[in-house]
Amino acid sequence: MSEKKFSKKHEWVSLEGDVATVGITKHATEMLGDIVFVEVPDAGKAVEKEGQAAVVESTKAASDVYSPISGEITEGNKAIADDPGSVNTDPEGASWFFKLKIKDKGEYDSLMSKDEYDKFCKENPS
Amino acid sequence: MEVQKTALYNYHKNLGAKFVPFAGYEMPIQYKDGIVKEHISTRTHAGFFDVSHMGQFFLEGDETLIESLEKIIPADLKNLKVNHSKYSFLLNNEGGIIDDLIITKTEKGFCIILNAACKENDIKQILQFLKKNHKHLLNNDLSLIALQGPKSVEILEKLIPGVANLKFMTGSNFEYEGENLYVTRSGYTGEDGFEISISNAKVEKLIDYLISNEVKPIGLGARDTLRLEAGLCLYGHDLNEKINPVEANLKWAIAKKRKEVGGFNGWEKIKNLLANGCEKIRVGIKPDGKVIARENTKIFSSDNNEIGFVTSGTFGPSVNAPVAMGYVKSEFSKIGTSIQLEVRGKKYGGKISELPFYKKSYVK
Repeated sequence: MSEKKFSKKHEWVSLEGDVATVGITKHATEMLGDIVFVEVPDAGKAVEKEGQAAVVESTKAASDVYSPISGEITEGNKAIADDPGSVNTDPEGASWFFKLKIKDKGEYDSLMSKDEYDKFCKENPS
Repeated sequence: MEVQKTALYNYHKNLGAKFVPFAGYEMPIQYKDGIVKEHISTRTHAGFFDVSHMGQFFLEGDETLIESLEKIIPADLKNLKVNHSKYSFLLNNEGGIIDDLIITKTEKGFCIILNAACKENDIKQILQFLKKNHKHLLNNDLSLIALQGPKSVEILEKLIPGVANLKFMTGSNFEYEGENLYVTRSGYTGEDGFEISISNAKVEKLIDYLISNEVKPIGLGARDTLRLEAGLCLYGHDLNEKINPVEANLKWAIAKKRKEVGGFNGWEKIKNLLANGCEKIRVGIKPDGKVIARENTKIFSSDNNEIGFVTSGTFGPSVNAPVAMGYVKSEFSKIGTSIQLEVRGKKYGGKISELPFYKKSYVK
């Protein structure tokens, strides 16, 4: 699997062939607090780059999760919908949100590296 | 208006509080542990809440003070014993709730605890009914600390002997560090606990003691999930000036004698509603799955007619499920009635539920 890339809206993407896996970053979960509800997209749904793709709710509020990359959803992670708290424990591992078949690898390439993302978070504290 | 801070502001900061503006104050929404852990530690051990932003309004006067207050508060103040408290309201001419409050009879008069966002207006409303010889004071030199949870009594009794003898909704004066303290056995979480009125000068010392006894600081976030599980209303959300106590399903808080005799703001309207029922009523709501129906979520009947709206909704950590309160047309208020909740344009199933969601454990 490729290196993780990051978006300004605090999603991460990894790529395997033309299938991307998307989740929210550890930093995002720390801002959200205790996650108590997750809604993931169904397979077959088309998503645009920076379009709304999933929902995450903490005890405080509901937030949209955007897809940093356009494509067609191949799988939503039902496990996190059943156990939303797992997103707090392993956001950048087992608790990915969805996988999608991408159209344009350029969109992936243009996302931030880990170092760039860390710097971005430091410069844009919530 | 400048943002206000409670006497414990810096203390909260050192405890790692995240602040939010609330009712003109900078208040902790949560600390390092986060809302769910704070909630659970209150239910299983004990937590303290800085509620010093709430108004501590003291009134003194002769017999006529009772008459004056009874015009705007539908509690039986005449028969309220010294050191006993009641949950009640300030009512407007239409019977709408200006604020909900706790009123305690003191040796010289009354103490009323008012919601922070309402306190300035509340006092204006109360003053309209007072006479020249009635004295009043909003005491900003006092902090108010709620200590809530099953271990509260054991922990506070060690510091202030005698508090264990208090029954729910009663209070007394105690001595602490050479000062007078007023402690009531009350709170707003559904747990046993106390509210401690203490001078701003001594409050840090009290908190030092609580923390040394593993009492966690609890922010407004967990205060909200705790009170909602306990089925308790939050003013400005579940209650407002357009809602009366009958619709709010709080008619129990109007004294029996006062229901019959009246003599308070909005009585005609309330009497009529008590006899004939009202169009809408506050209910508990349990969504079927995990979806959270937050404030302003529209409620539909199972045959798709809009029947009401949610006024508070969150995830209940002790219930381990989403919980909500709201208003529905009275004919849909029966416990167990199937409803639909429209969240992000999609309808999810739910049921009208009993309140509270979490069993209260008051010491009566």
